[in-house]
Amino acid sequence: MLTLVQQLINGLTLGCLFGLVAIGYTMVYGILLLINFAHCDIFMMSMYFAFYSISVFYLPWYVSLVLAILGTALLGVLLERVAYRPLRTAPRTSVLISAVGSSYLLENLGIVLFGAVAKSFPTVDYLQEMVTIAGLRIQRLAFFVIITMIVLVGALLYIVNKTKVGIAMRAVSRDFETSKLMGVNINLTISITFAIGSGLAAVGGFMWGLRYPQITPLVGAMPGLKCFIAAVIGGIGSIKGAIMGGLILGVMEIMIVYLFPSASGYRDVFAFIALILILCIKPTGLFGEELSDKA
Amino acid sequence: MSGFNGRSYPGLVGMLDGRKRRNLALSIVAVIVITVFLYMAQNGFILDAYGVRILRLCAVYSICALSLNLIQGYTGQFSLGSAGFMALGAYVTSILSMTDANREAVYYLKPMAPWLMKIHLDYGIALILGGVLAGLVALLIGIPVLRLKGDYLSIATLGFSEIIRIVLNNAQSISNGATGLKNIDPTANIWWCFCALVLVLLFMTRLFHSSYGRAFLAIRDDEVAAEAMGISIFKHKMMAFVASAVIAGIGGGLMASVLGAVTPVLFRHMMSYDILLIMVLGGTGTMTGALLGGFIYIIAKEALRFMDSGFAIGFIQVPAIAGLRMVMFSVLLMIVVLFYHKGLSGGKEFSWDRLFGFPKKIAARFSKKSEKAGAGK
Repeated sequence: MLTLVQQLINGLTLGCLFGLVAIGYTMVYGILLLINFAHCDIFMMSMYFAFYSISVFYLPWYVSLVLAILGTALLGVLLERVAYRPLRTAPRTSVLISAVGSSYLLENLGIVLFGAVAKSFPTVDYLQEMVTIAGLRIQRLAFFVIITMIVLVGALLYIVNKTKVGIAMRAVSRDFETSKLMGVNINLTISITFAIGSGLAAVGGFMWGLRYPQITPLVGAMPGLKCFIAAVIGGIGSIKGAIMGGLILGVMEIMIVYLFPSASGYRDVFAFIALILILCIKPTGLFGEELSDKA
Repeated sequence: MSGFNGRSYPGLVGMLDGRKRRNLALSIVAVIVITVFLYMAQNGFILDAYGVRILRLCAVYSICALSLNLIQGYTGQFSLGSAGFMALGAYVTSILSMTDANREAVYYLKPMAPWLMKIHLDYGIALILGGVLAGLVALLIGIPVLRLKGDYLSIATLGFSEIIRIVLNNAQSISNGATGLKNIDPTANIWWCFCALVLVLLFMTRLFHSSYGRAFLAIRDDEVAAEAMGISIFKHKMMAFVASAVIAGIGGGLMASVLGAVTPVLFRHMMSYDILLIMVLGGTGTMTGALLGGFIYIIAKEALRFMDSGFAIGFIQVPAIAGLRMVMFSVLLMIVVLFYHKGLSGGKEFSWDRLFGFPKKIAARFSKKSEKAGAGK
């Protein structure tokens, strides 16, 4: 029983990380109707930013976290400016190829800049300390992840629902042309969307690095795919959906490995099966409100 | 053509007009020159073993790019699953055609499954079986996946390709797990690779002169209109997907033999991206593009090897950075996508007329430019 609860907390932690990265996918998809294939590499880059600021510049972890968020947000904005903005009126296939191409470029750039050999993410003793609560031994990181996620998502929902920027975002995702006519600065809104999505990916990346400390330039691919699947399960375009999808996927993955240890080699397969099932049964996802024209 | 006694015999050649006759002659000459070149390369007159290996790789990558072109360039379905089908072809071909002694040497961690031990096939048959298996898997995958469109289709195919890789990584007694296969016989010499390439090219040329091929193009250009014309969308998408998987499987089988060793890591998503790069670089939706892309990508990748080991531009010494070539290729891909989305082939198939018209076209462009400049003043 105790192990079950412990595994459940493990699953929730993983799910929160999935959710944080999935928000980036879902926001970009909501606004541009595009899978940002490079999002997983932005996530990877954020880990390297944090890695370098901690182990090369010896900054405290919270400063590095802030630096990683800023650097990654800037990278996200830059990516949109270079790879997606020139193609805004181009056919969809070109934009998709551009997305794949930027992912390819970031991965190869990562290999050149950081080397293909795996680096070990620095440890943060405070976060990785074990705490015992009612017989459960849990890393402090788990609480930190869950609390951070709740705070960040709360803030994000406030921004999207209550502020002017958020209203602009929702307007652009509903109707590009009309919101332009209503005086919304589309380019700025899209840049802000990319900045927020990438910043959240950086938070996820930092904590991902603490959980799975081996980082390589290709480390983002698998988590990236899973986070996209999480966004689809929750209903693409919906922020709450992305979080729920992430939690479902995280708990499912940990539980399957816990209940069937022999299948642990195939743990990554289950996410894809979940994707196919959800797309066949309910393509709008669990929380998707409207039928998007893509599925 | 006039006979020896002044009478004319209008045969097949005689019915062609002058330009077509010239083109036919040029084509025959080109085929002969290429065959002689390949023959001499195969027998070691022109190229060393390294050069021959590159030539074989060029053909293999072109086959894979053609396979992607069939589903993406001609049918308009964005698939990122090439690597998975290539992996299937590579493993099936290599496992079935491996000798017993090699099997024992390769499967040292866990012996090969006994039922598999009994099967020994010729390379050619194993290659075809590899393609067939890739096609069957595509048939199974296609049932749920091909109902999706655009982005969703690409992520689902990418996902399935990863599943294939994970299964190969874990099925120790069949695929030897993460260690992969080694010492694969280099059966696929120049003739194997180029004959496969020519067969694929012929198949695709004939396909696009048939009603099926035209249906594929119709689906690409306007799905709704195609359906209104009575084309079964799902059936044709499935046909294109399966055909593309079979070709990719054969490409993978050849690739395993050329490389001599395969591991599941080789068939990561990066392999699918490589194939996509080749197709886009050459020009999406043209066979000329796939050929151009395959040859230029592989040859340039080898020729630019110096970039990874450090070089000097004038006084500036560039240090050795592994992977610099690939960065250059990805930048090139982005430039093509952003500015020249038709690729090297310009979105058109090769023909002699176009080749001879090319200098004139350039001249015309320059004269136009100078006229414009003159008018501006």
